[in-house]
Parts: sequence; C-alpha cells; structure tokens
Amino acid sequence: MRDFLLRIQNLCLGFQTEAGYLRVLDNVSLDLTPGETLGLVGESGCGKSVTAQSILRLLPCPPSRVEEGHIWFDDKDILKLSQSELQDLRGNRIGMIFQEPMTSLNPTMTIGNQLAEPLRLHRKAGAGEARAAALDVLKRVGIGNAEQRLNQYPHELSGGLRQRVMIAMALICSPQMLIADEPTTALDVTIQAQILDLLRTLQKELGISILLITHDLGVVAETCHRVAVMYAGRIVETGTAVQVLTDPQHPYTRGLLAASPRYAKKGERMPAIAGQVPPPGKRGQGCPFAERCPLVMDICATMPPLQGDEHKAACWATKT
Amino acid sequence: MIGYLAGRLSASFLILVGVTIVTFGLTFLIPADPVAMIAGRTSTPQVREQIRVQLGLDQPLPVQYIAYVTRLAQGDLGRSYARKSDVGPLIASRLPPTLLLMLGAIIAELMIGIPAGLYAASRRGKTADKAAMIASFVSISTPQFVLGLSLIYVFAYLLPWAPLGGYGTFSHLVLPALTLGLAGGGWYSRMMRSSMIEVLQQDYIRTARAKGMPEWRVLLRHGMRNAILPIVAMIGLDVGIFMSGVVVVENVFGWPGIGQLMWQAIQSLDIPIIMGVTLVAAVFIVLGNLLADMIAPLIDPRIRLR
Repeated sequence: MRDFLLRIQNLCLGFQTEAGYLRVLDNVSLDLTPGETLGLVGESGCGKSVTAQSILRLLPCPPSRVEEGHIWFDDKDILKLSQSELQDLRGNRIGMIFQEPMTSLNPTMTIGNQLAEPLRLHRKAGAGEARAAALDVLKRVGIGNAEQRLNQYPHELSGGLRQRVMIAMALICSPQMLIADEPTTALDVTIQAQILDLLRTLQKELGISILLITHDLGVVAETCHRVAVMYAGRIVETGTAVQVLTDPQHPYTRGLLAASPRYAKKGERMPAIAGQVPPPGKRGQGCPFAERCPLVMDICATMPPLQGDEHKAACWATKT
Repeated sequence: MIGYLAGRLSASFLILVGVTIVTFGLTFLIPADPVAMIAGRTSTPQVREQIRVQLGLDQPLPVQYIAYVTRLAQGDLGRSYARKSDVGPLIASRLPPTLLLMLGAIIAELMIGIPAGLYAASRRGKTADKAAMIASFVSISTPQFVLGLSLIYVFAYLLPWAPLGGYGTFSHLVLPALTLGLAGGGWYSRMMRSSMIEVLQQDYIRTARAKGMPEWRVLLRHGMRNAILPIVAMIGLDVGIFMSGVVVVENVFGWPGIGQLMWQAIQSLDIPIIMGVTLVAAVFIVLGNLLADMIAPLIDPRIRLR
C-alpha cells in the first residue's frame, strides 16, 4: 500500500436545480501521495473544478449536495469535519489557487494584508511577524520589489504577478497540499510557462503534493507525475503521466491527445472529437463516451468499471 | 486623485449654478405677487410701483438674475415678507437643530440598516432573510407621522422614557431620530443586502473562504469593504434630503428645524424663505455627495484612477 495524503473515494455529488437534482460527479476516486503532482484533466464541464472545490468544501451547499463518498485527508474524512475543523484545514494544511487571478484577490485590500491573513488566522501571528513572512514568501515565488508590492493593490499588478501572489498566499502557512484549479488558463503563454516552472520548483523545494486541474495535456506532461482523465463526471483513465500520455487506453484520452497541438501528427489537420460532452441529466446507464466513441460496442450500454493495476481505464475495449 | 477631485469639484460648482437658476425661477413659478405681499392689500398703486422699483422687479430678467446672484455671493439671501427679517440669519438659527436631527437619523439608519442587511444577505432565502425583508418593507411603507405618533404613544406616553416633543436635550432627539432611522434603515438594509449578495458571489470571497476564514469574518472583512460603497453614496444623498427639511417629523415632534421653517413659509407663500431653504438644501446635497465622492476612493482604491 502506498501512503496517501489525500484519497477521494467514490464521491458522488450533484446540484439541486430548477429542473431537479443533477448528479455532476459520479463515483470519482483519486489518490494523492505526499510529494506528488497529480494532474486532473478533462474538457470544460467534465467536473474537474467541482472535484477540486469539493475537497475544501467550497461549493455552496445548497444547491450542491454530496450523495455519498469520502474525502480522506490524513485519516480524517473532510466531508465529516465541523466548520471549525474545516477552517483549520483550509489555507493551513491545504492551500488553493484559482483560475482567475484577476478577480480572486480582494480589490480593496493591499497585497500585504491579504497575504498575511492566513498566518494571522492560523498561527495567530502579529502584524510584524506576518509582514516578514509575507515578504519572504513573495521572494520565494519570484516577485521582485517585494517590499513595495506589499503596499500595492491588486489592480496595480499584472495577471501573472497576481497569480504569483495567489500562490504565495496559498503557501504562506506551509501546507502539505496545494490545489491548483487551472492556474494558467487565464494567463499569456509565456507567463503560463513561468507559473508552471514556479509550481515545479516549489514542489521540489517544499515537497508538497499538488493537485493540478487543467484541460491542457501539455501542462500535464511538463508538470505531473500521475494523471487522471475525467469525462462527464467520471474518471475514465488514470496512471503515471508517461503511461497515460504515451500509451493511452481509453478512446477519449486518445482523442484528447490527438486534438492537442503537442501530440498531433505534424503536417496534418488536427482531428477534433466529434460531438459534445453529454450534460448532467442526459447521462444514461452506459458509458458516457459511447455516443462519441469510435470503438462503441453493444456492451457499452453498461457502465465499464475502472480496471487495471497502476494504469487503469474504464473501457470495455481495453484489453486488461 | 487630484484630477478626480477637481472633476468632482467643478461638477459641484456647475450644479450650484443650476440651482440658483431654479431658485430664481421660483419667484415666477409661485403664484404670489411679492409686491402685494409686502405692501399689503390696502396699498395704493403708487406705493406698489415704488416697491416694485425697490425690489428691482422692473428690470429685465437677466439683470434681476445677476443682481440675485450678486446678493447671494455677498451672503444676502433676501428678506422674509411675513417675518420682516433677513432670511440668512433666520435659516442659520434653524440649522443646528436640523443638523443634529440629521446626524441622529443617519446614525440610527446605519445602526438599523447595516446589521439587518448583512444578516439577511448571509441567510439569503432562509426565514431570517424573509423576516428582515418584510420588516424593512413595513418600515419603509409606514407613513412617518404614523410611525412618529406610534413611538410617541409607546415611549413617551405609555412608558414615559422620552419627552413628548421639543428640543433641548439628548432625550428629545431619540424619538425623532428613531422615526427617521426606522424608515431610512429599511432602505439601507435592502441596499446592504443586495450589495452584499452580489459581493458574496465574487471570486475573492471564495479565496477568503479557502484561507480558512470564519464566515462572519469573510462577511465583515472582505464583504463589507466592497459592499459598503452604495451605502456611502446613499448617506451623501441623505444629508441633502434631511437638510431640505424633514417636514413631517419636525412637526410631529415640535422640532424647531428647517423643515418647520419651510412648512410655515409655504403656508404664508413667503418666497424668500422658500428660495433660501431650497438653496441651502441644494448646497448640502452637493456637499453630501462631494463628501461621499471623497470617501469612496479611500474605500476602493480603483476609484482613484477614474
């Protein structure tokens, strides 16, 4: 058995809407070991952000509801924690950064004050101590003129700098785990590379675990040790980054790879996966990918289990 | 920042010029002949003509307007017909009670409206939210004289905790300020609630929660600063509204403020007082807004750039 820091087990989660209850996550299971980076990949709407936010229970509830499942972190089920236990976890042992660095910082507070908050909350740090730590962590995430930045407001910073501030804020209490929900999607390509670089470096230096949510397989290849591919609220394939990227088992993963600029064959038109992700509520009993799948068979009307040893796939066509 | 302030100041100046044109126009809009008011009914045509010339009413309109503005610039607001005294000192003597009532009312409004709105926003859709919104609806729609008289009945008659009316001590202020505060607090709570609900959906609130901040602190520390701006703007407006005279409440409570003066002036068609009060109120509305405009960039630094 490996030693798990985070283990999501059979998480089923949905939202109460005007059209009734819609299940968005279906039997999602994920493992994250200490010091590892796990990439969670999928198209928009596949449930990867919901998974990320469910770990810190950031989804408003109602309308969201966990039907069943467990989120184990350090032998405790996060889903069963009290509000104060949960608050003790957030920002302290698990840090989180978001897709939108432009709107994720409070426009009316200085960078320094926002950075210091987790320390003041969790460590009861005084103003001077918090400021020193804020300076330190700003330097660590590669922000120059740190002293001056502390007194600036978010609107005075570029998107890349703001995301660095977000990372600094998530790391200031030295958490064991960082959840990065599409941290580079809203940034320019050159800045994207810098931020990924930073995440890699920080991980090596601090030995933290990172759950990296992305829709970009290139990001996975550069940053992650292991990958989980998500489709329509289910994990359809999981394995090491090398296994999944070089020997994809699920037709959806193959489609994603073929449609990704980095892995597409040179000189050819990049093929797109025809059709669309079935929306929640339109997902039947069978494999959710069946209607777009080139290998569809009769048996696909029943849900395929996620099977395999280290490299698992949920597909009837996969030989195991 | 300097450009922002200069813009606000010049806008305020233009508004004031506009206001003098309107108050000047009042003379012609109000169906009362100032000459007849001053001279009395039994006067001869000669006397009336003499007064007309004295008042400058025989001059063309632009000349009259310039004379009016020139007098204003010298601090001369004219002379009351009915009271036979200068309007300026008359209004000045009424200012302290009105300012005091305004202050009390705004404090009451904020103390009622902000907590109620915050609480309702944090419990959105739940029973507490609905109850708070029904209460605010009732307080907004109750006529002020009903509210004022009810408060007098309960707190000055049944439980004699406060005087029936009048002016002088702090206890005289409580009931009229509370009457205005309840009505205004209803508005403030609704504005606070909707503003806060909008802010609570912002990404930075999620960030604050992800830091492990208790919900009440998220609300007060990250929510309030961003949600309070419309409230500040509304206080600015309220300064003006209260200065133009809270006629009903001042009369119910026998409060010797500008509202009473205005009410009596309207009854006796005392045009110089009406003009003077209108002008003073307008100046305070402009000042109130200017103040709100100056506070806003202190709360939200992005405004300094605009």
